[in-house]
Amino acid sequence: MSEWETVIGLEVHAELATETKMFSGAPNKFGSEPNTNVDPVSLGLPGSLPVLNEKAVELAIRLGIALNCDIRPSVFSRKNYFYPDMPKDYQVSQYDEPINIDGFLELPDGTRIGIERAHLEEDTGKSTHVGGDGRITGAQYSLVDYNRAGVPLLEIVSRPDLRSAADARAYVAELRAILVAAEVSDGKMEEGSLRVDANVSVRRSPDDPFGTRCEIKNLNSLRSLGRAIEYEANRQIDLLEAGESVRQETRHWDENDGRTHTMRVKEEADDYRYFPEPDLVPLDPDREWIEQIRAAMPVLPAERRTRLAAAAGVELPHDGVTLVVERGQDEQALAAVNAGGDPARVLVHIEQNLAGDGGADLAPGRLAALVALETGGTLTPTQAKEVLAEMLTSDAAPEEIAAAKGFEAMDTGDLTALVDGIIDGHPDEWAQLAEAHAADDQKKLKKLSGFFTGQVMRQSQGKANGKLVADRIQERLQT
Amino acid sequence: MSSYLSARELAAGVRAGEWSAASSLEEYLGAIDESDGEVHAFNVVTADDARATAAAIDEAVAAGRDPGPLAGVPVALKDNLCTHGVATTCSSLILEGWVPPYDATVVSRLREAGALIVGKTNLDEFAMAGSTENSAFGPTRNPHDTTRVPGGSSGGSAASVAAGFTPLALGSDTGGSIRQPAALCGVVGMKPTYGRVSRYGLVAFASSLDQIGPFARTVDDAALLFEVIAGRDPLDATSIPEPVPAVSEQLDRGVEGLRVGVVGELMGEGIAPDVAARVHEASEALRAAGAKVEDASVPASIFGLSAYYLIAPAEASSNLARFDGVRYGLRVDAPNTNDMMVATRTQGFGAEVKRRIMLGTYALSAGYYDAYYGKAQKVRTLIIRDFAAAYDRFDVLLSPTSPTTAFPLGDKTADPMAMYMNDVCTIPSNLSGDPAISVPYGTGDDGLPVGVQVLAPALGEEVMFRVAATLEASVS
Amino acid sequence: MARLARLELADDELDMFTGQLAAVLDHAADVEALDLGDVPPTSHPYPLKNVLRPDVVSATVDTAEVLGAAPKVEDGRFRVPAIVGEAP
Ligand SMILES: [Mg+2]
Ligand SMILES: [Zn+2]
Repeated sequence: MSEWETVIGLEVHAELATETKMFSGAPNKFGSEPNTNVDPVSLGLPGSLPVLNEKAVELAIRLGIALNCDIRPSVFSRKNYFYPDMPKDYQVSQYDEPINIDGFLELPDGTRIGIERAHLEEDTGKSTHVGGDGRITGAQYSLVDYNRAGVPLLEIVSRPDLRSAADARAYVAELRAILVAAEVSDGKMEEGSLRVDANVSVRRSPDDPFGTRCEIKNLNSLRSLGRAIEYEANRQIDLLEAGESVRQETRHWDENDGRTHTMRVKEEADDYRYFPEPDLVPLDPDREWIEQIRAAMPVLPAERRTRLAAAAGVELPHDGVTLVVERGQDEQALAAVNAGGDPARVLVHIEQNLAGDGGADLAPGRLAALVALETGGTLTPTQAKEVLAEMLTSDAAPEEIAAAKGFEAMDTGDLTALVDGIIDGHPDEWAQLAEAHAADDQKKLKKLSGFFTGQVMRQSQGKANGKLVADRIQERLQT
Repeated sequence: MSSYLSARELAAGVRAGEWSAASSLEEYLGAIDESDGEVHAFNVVTADDARATAAAIDEAVAAGRDPGPLAGVPVALKDNLCTHGVATTCSSLILEGWVPPYDATVVSRLREAGALIVGKTNLDEFAMAGSTENSAFGPTRNPHDTTRVPGGSSGGSAASVAAGFTPLALGSDTGGSIRQPAALCGVVGMKPTYGRVSRYGLVAFASSLDQIGPFARTVDDAALLFEVIAGRDPLDATSIPEPVPAVSEQLDRGVEGLRVGVVGELMGEGIAPDVAARVHEASEALRAAGAKVEDASVPASIFGLSAYYLIAPAEASSNLARFDGVRYGLRVDAPNTNDMMVATRTQGFGAEVKRRIMLGTYALSAGYYDAYYGKAQKVRTLIIRDFAAAYDRFDVLLSPTSPTTAFPLGDKTADPMAMYMNDVCTIPSNLSGDPAISVPYGTGDDGLPVGVQVLAPALGEEVMFRVAATLEASVS
Repeated sequence: MARLARLELADDELDMFTGQLAAVLDHAADVEALDLGDVPPTSHPYPLKNVLRPDVVSATVDTAEVLGAAPKVEDGRFRVPAIVGEAP
């Protein structure tokens, strides 16, 4: 199987973080009562007319800048097809003249993925299927809510540059991070703010032409995206290895059975009869406006990762750094480092212990104070983690919390006595350690000193400071 | 008797407290009551709403407030203009009984100006066709001769003004649908520059061609109504930001020194001799008033009809897709949504509407787009260029409005091409977006009204109205 | 074509339409004679661009009024018969 290459292109629909809809002043809001965020335009009432939302254009330009696109004069078209969730039975979308073309996105590992286009369009309403098992097939009837109809979208189309499910996930994660950082979208996949369709094909060798592709819809999480691509690639490989061929079609990912299913075969019904939307005029943002938007661009994830990695003294790509930036906690980390916190420990705490509720709200100064207690030997990492957890719900200083929990640092004299006692109690192990030290066998050295540290920790019930323990062991080895 | 007063005089009297809006309204309602059974200008008469508004206006006057330039003037609205709380049908079964939850921008402006909306007028279904016979609710008749059509598609509005039911009415003009019925009914009808008047709330036929415009008995009244409805609307992206000139103030400036061109291409084949004769007389009258009159040529205008009958149906096929039985209007039940949509549309649309939807769907479909729709949009460019060249030489152009006077009911219903030919003189300015007005100019051999059309370049309403006023003054 | 337009035509209607369609298209063939190679298409008669509105919430319509005008509603939503197939 390993000789097959998977080729993936992604179409991501991102809902824009505007107050109102693409073409009217109805609210763009998630979770309202059905059909309350509607007006004549978003219901497609006879006589209603669209007027383009300035903010949506600004956000499109922001994304265009973030994805290194060429930002161009553009035209809206009508894509004509009948469907009950589509109020006018046509979708207003940019077709042959989109606002953003020819950009790229750089994955955290440095791989460049081409962006073909990122265009503006309006969202549809939402149907709920009644009867059967709640899915469209087998339903008795459906109910339509037009709150989402007309919500502004950017459709971001990548080139077929992705080569694995992992790459695809990394791409969507990075795109999402950019959308959120640039405040273009809230990026909430669980609310449908980000929806992904994947075009998947396989070929035997990178030198072969692209294979026949299938488009997979309904990928509502990174997990589904990865699973669906892997399933689909294997399905196609199985077909081809069995001497059959892949049929170009749209397939639907079923989260429950973990498979993709045929949804529609390409057919003549796909004649969308595109033509320029006569109710809207061309869009041609002037250079000055674009430069203004460029100047006000927030710092994007790639640069933020570089900055954080430099401050924390780690090399990129670095999972911890990626994660902290993705969660938007890099400013917090940088501020804690600036306040004197040890960079490595600050990064570890934010990555591992401040991921949950309220974690991002912890004042950097308080985090720095906690880290100082830890590096100063007052708290062990385990204790620091416990104190940190309490700091999220209490305004008390870390020292007070530590004291209340009885986390007093061991007296240095007591600690030395404890370490010495354990060394004396395990003469065989100590001999081996000394031998490894002499032979400079780092692997063995690490393992055996870990044994002694572990014993000390157990007997001190975690109160011993790891660094001081290591220092005492070193001291004994020198003598 | 106020039905002989102009709208301007009527409003002035109401504002001055010389007569009440309420009492003059009753005269008009009485006329409707008496004669609309025969004419059938109205789909619905909103007498109670109009009475309530009239009472409020009289109160305002009594309290010393200014109720606006159309204070107490009854206005009829073509039934494709959305009126909050009043059914808007487009004379189609598919929208029968639909009550919009909002007002068209022109309707809001009329209300703010103190107008009394007395009802919604009949039209060819969705404004498609030119005789007001293609209405789901029966034809409108020409008040001058009720065996004849009033023209269309705004036939109900034209008839309302011609019959004295209202001093003013609004129509919409996609290929001549204001000017042609105005000509056939002997009233003034005007299509503003595309984008001058907001289309918000006008149920779309062909979005890039549709314009709302006034009907009136006099050029001055048409100018008054134009001033009320025109001007940029933030709800219509195609509405023009340029300020609206005070056209009424310029009406009596005359035409001395103006260059007037008579469009040769619109005076030849197909134009009835009596109609052509009236246009000649009109041009002579302008010459006599000091204008320089010469022959003009707009060569591409002869392709107008062909381009129009591809562009308008194409846009219509998309605009009318929303009538699918899901959100409003008619629904014909079926076991699944697709069949429901087909059944609803099949039953709800009349033959002419279906014909144009089919034609438009065809013109836009893959493989035909370039040959039909794409090409038509290029012809449009040629027409715009030819008009621009003509306006280098002329301030205004002159032509017949309609090739003939009003024809008998049923005469052309079987032959769409014959019906389409009615619009040959009016269509070019819809394609170019330029303003044009039809002014009654005598009668044909059959004694029925003839209209002369004055065409002007984009935003040229002021000079257009001046020429129209001069023509109006020159005809006895 | 009728399927694309969600219309159903009876046989006699279809015959009549095809004939009239042919007549209109025939008329449109006049245009064939024109050399339109370098001519750009015009989709808007009055050239405007960048007409934008501020991102400010304006009045919505009354949900009850809208649903009240609908053919069939349930639970604050528009009810439709079974939908055949997912959206394209
Ligand atoms: Mg959302
Ligand atoms: Zn899309």
